[in-house]
Amino acid sequence: MNILIPTPLRPFAGGQNVLQVEAGTVGEAIHALTGAHPELRRHLFTPEGKLRAFVNLYLNEDDIRYLPDKENTRVSAADSLSIIPSIAGGSDRRGGRGFGAMQINP
Amino acid sequence: MSILRLPRFVYDEIRAHGEETYPHECCGALLGHPAPEGWRIVASVRADNTRTDSAHNRYQIAPVELVHIQRTARRQGAEIAGFYHSHPDHPPQWSPTDFAEAHWLGSSYVITEVAQGKAGRTNSFLLAGTTEEDKHFEDEAIVMDDESIGAPSA
Ligand SMILES: [Zn+2]
Repeated sequence: MNILIPTPLRPFAGGQNVLQVEAGTVGEAIHALTGAHPELRRHLFTPEGKLRAFVNLYLNEDDIRYLPDKENTRVSAADSLSIIPSIAGGSDRRGGRGFGAMQINP
Repeated sequence: MSILRLPRFVYDEIRAHGEETYPHECCGALLGHPAPEGWRIVASVRADNTRTDSAHNRYQIAPVELVHIQRTARRQGAEIAGFYHSHPDHPPQWSPTDFAEAHWLGSSYVITEVAQGKAGRTNSFLLAGTTEEDKHFEDEAIVMDDESIGAPSA
């Protein structure tokens, strides 16, 4: 199956944006990936071995956290696994939508 | 200082997006190619802000939308080079939340101030470092076509 590597992790995956692994489950695919590219491990997992909270693993369109069998989900050669770090943030501006917090551009 | 190069139409598009979603934060991705001095952007992709509970000061892109954007980038032979969002009625500087939630090391984070519905300053910050522990934002210059817009302004 294909594993799509996000831009920030490519330096730790031989510079490639997609890697092919032979695997029967999602867990085996990740194991094969980190076996071939050990540097990826600390970017994907905490020192305790848990998937980092901001790392999302998608089997095709599905978040593996919400699949009934999670990492034991069966995969076929036609599936693709995407590694996607989360994107979020915000201005932290306090107050509501009124004019109180407005910034005037000089 | 690294340089973010982007076509004028992309610059205009991400600023227009912030005006359209005002008073909420807009968000999206930037596709491009790496260059020695920084990213060369070729296109932007709009995304929905899923933080409808607090959209005036928070944004989030659904991971499944990022999966689609990553596929689109690959089809176009480009890479996800960075992301943009707006700060309604707030300066275009990264916030503690922006920093805590930034995980795409090596990517550009572009922020546009939208004051009373009008796009103001646009700044770019490179998420530098090699791990979550040593990551930090660095000011980045924005260069549009051949013309310099300059370094981030406070
Ligand atoms: Zn922000």
